[in-house]
Amino acid sequence: MTPTLTQPAAGQRMVLHNARLLDPAAGRDETGGVLVEDGTIADIGGHITGDTGAGHANAIDCGGKLVIPGLVDMRVFTGEPGHEHRETLASASEAAAAGGVTTFCCMPDTEPVIDDIALVDFIRRRARDTALVRVHPMAALTKGLRGEEMTEFGLLKEAGAVAVTDGRNCVANARVLRRAMAYARDCGVLVVQHTEEPDLAEGGVMNEGEVSMRLGLSGIPSAAEVMMLERDIRLVELTGARYHAAHISCLASLNRIRRAKEKGLPVTCGVSINHVALNENDIGPYRTFFKVSPPLRGEDDRRAMVEGLADGSIDVIVSDHDPQDPDTKRRPFTEAAFGANGLETLLPAALSLVHNEEMPLARLIETVTSAPARLLGLEGGTLAPGKPADIVLIDPHTPWIVTPGELRSRSKNTPFEDRQFEGRVELTIVAGRIVYRGDEAG
Amino acid sequence: MNAESRSRAPIFPHQHLLGIDVLSPQDISALLDLADKYVELNREIEKKQSLLRGRTQINLFFEASTRTQSSFELAGKRLGADVMNMSVTSSSIKKGETVLDTAMTLNAMHPDLLIVRHHAAGAVELLSQKVNCAVVNAGDGSHEHPTQALLDALTIRRRKGRLEGLIVAICGDILHSRVARSNILLLQAMGARVRIIAPSTLLPSAADRLGVEVFTNMADGLEDCDIVMMLRLQLERMNGSFVPSTREYFHMFGLDEEKLARAKPDALVMHPGPMNRGIEIDSLVADGLRSVIYEQVEMGVAVRMAVLDALSRNLPGGGNAP
Repeated sequence: MTPTLTQPAAGQRMVLHNARLLDPAAGRDETGGVLVEDGTIADIGGHITGDTGAGHANAIDCGGKLVIPGLVDMRVFTGEPGHEHRETLASASEAAAAGGVTTFCCMPDTEPVIDDIALVDFIRRRARDTALVRVHPMAALTKGLRGEEMTEFGLLKEAGAVAVTDGRNCVANARVLRRAMAYARDCGVLVVQHTEEPDLAEGGVMNEGEVSMRLGLSGIPSAAEVMMLERDIRLVELTGARYHAAHISCLASLNRIRRAKEKGLPVTCGVSINHVALNENDIGPYRTFFKVSPPLRGEDDRRAMVEGLADGSIDVIVSDHDPQDPDTKRRPFTEAAFGANGLETLLPAALSLVHNEEMPLARLIETVTSAPARLLGLEGGTLAPGKPADIVLIDPHTPWIVTPGELRSRSKNTPFEDRQFEGRVELTIVAGRIVYRGDEAG
Repeated sequence: MNAESRSRAPIFPHQHLLGIDVLSPQDISALLDLADKYVELNREIEKKQSLLRGRTQINLFFEASTRTQSSFELAGKRLGADVMNMSVTSSSIKKGETVLDTAMTLNAMHPDLLIVRHHAAGAVELLSQKVNCAVVNAGDGSHEHPTQALLDALTIRRRKGRLEGLIVAICGDILHSRVARSNILLLQAMGARVRIIAPSTLLPSAADRLGVEVFTNMADGLEDCDIVMMLRLQLERMNGSFVPSTREYFHMFGLDEEKLARAKPDALVMHPGPMNRGIEIDSLVADGLRSVIYEQVEMGVAVRMAVLDALSRNLPGGGNAP
């Protein structure tokens, strides 16, 4: 068995210097360096220079480039167990490392479903033995993801599940979700929901509107998302559970989240990178790599998502990494699977918002680092002394073109094929160990 | 008339016929002009041409069809092609073969013309990316059915002498209809005024974005129309799912003499077939003097001959331009 990669690298020292240190959680944006010892951040600041690094075996001159905390991705599907040909925890972790993601949550939609402590334990052990980055399972909210009976929240949490969710499924039965939420509150478990009224969405393959009409495809109205979110927020009022809408996609949902937050309810939400970087017009001539759930909406909704992120109404960006193989994607649009590859392109795609002046850099970094870490109760997401040395070095201006064949994920279903990005990860460090080194990094 | 004596210069700047949406008014007129000639040919005793001699045409139907398939078969045979019909039943799809597997398999047999119907929107376009021959969309899901729109246009043009400025009402299940989509695109491109008439349950939610007039009342929508196009209501959409009952649908949206009286006195009645008599159309109207429903069938063969002719000119060895 390969060594345990994400355990602290004991006895090792590393100095990253001559960097622009950006750590939104600590309010830090300065030129300086980071000193890493035993897998944790020992010191950080303007006083750490090349001299601090002198004599260290591992001194890295960052050339003035950007050093940020490693990304935390709350929504990643792998194929392990059950569909390893699409993705394993190991291959997902390689994609994550190359994308600057040092921690991700894997979804329970596997075969078998992660609805039992033995499976949570399995995921954690497999991740410990094979993955380059930190992996935290989210467990199923209901047994078998069937939406009928709640799982053992207390035991699952103790086993290491960071939240409960039915993944791609929405818990449609209000009575079931009400009881699950009430119980989750007692256990202090975060409830994560894909909000979509299944009957209204049934048969739909893209956003309902002019584009779906012209393509002759069945649509999913955004109302299907909003009404389920509204119902869930009522249940939060009823139960007091901590609730997170996994990925909203439209302005009406955003406004509903804003009202809930104004009322002080324990409600948060995420948005997938697809819904901030793409819109339904990208589907063009039935391109199935743009078939995602929730569906890509119009440009007005996309802009609303960006504004919601900028003003803090939307808490986090997720990759919604969902590897699919040619068997499930090279089909007529109606028959193709939902889902887009995303771990490796999350940060570059997100940086395009900064380059387009749609969002300040510090806020963007917060939404993929400290904000998700805080929601999940994890230690990472910041560069403060004493915290895990999960660090990413990026050149935010390196131009590159996405070539699916070069992606580390086992599946190549990226909606960003041939897209020109500006900004690329050069170095990814997890627990003080270098897990990814780009071509140009020292 | 002898088709072979005509110049075989390219007249259609597309490799495939996948939909009306990419056609210019010139493309449409060129096909209709050519089809006019085939109408005359088809009325002669000697109908057989050798234009497509040596060419192989495969009719690949993933969805059952009698009329469209036989119309394409006849069109190909009259032009001299070797025509093979292949029906891919739903059971063999369930065996796991995808539309692309089927496409690659057929492509290996070197067809020149592939006529495809599929139940999924976009499937014909997907298939066309994987083959070397010319592909004709014979209907893909709720997306397009271009030869139907062309034959409807030919029928109208021959009767009315023009398309421009006519008021055309399309009535029935607009939401699921590829016939309606292709007709709307074609008629708009040719300058007709299009109305759609249906209960809201059978209209796309973005119908107002089609650039057509939308009516939910049949009588209002038919006022002063030149053309009334009826659409077939599929059995599974009756009885409570999209409309409450067939008798209520007939009462509200079935074309009978009384509703038709609102249209112009010389209005034509059309239907792509097969008809549900007593559901979307009354027999008196279907068989009445203003009905051109069987003429549409005749135009169908001519239009498909024109399409096969035009596409074959763009195949390797197809053009004999002077």
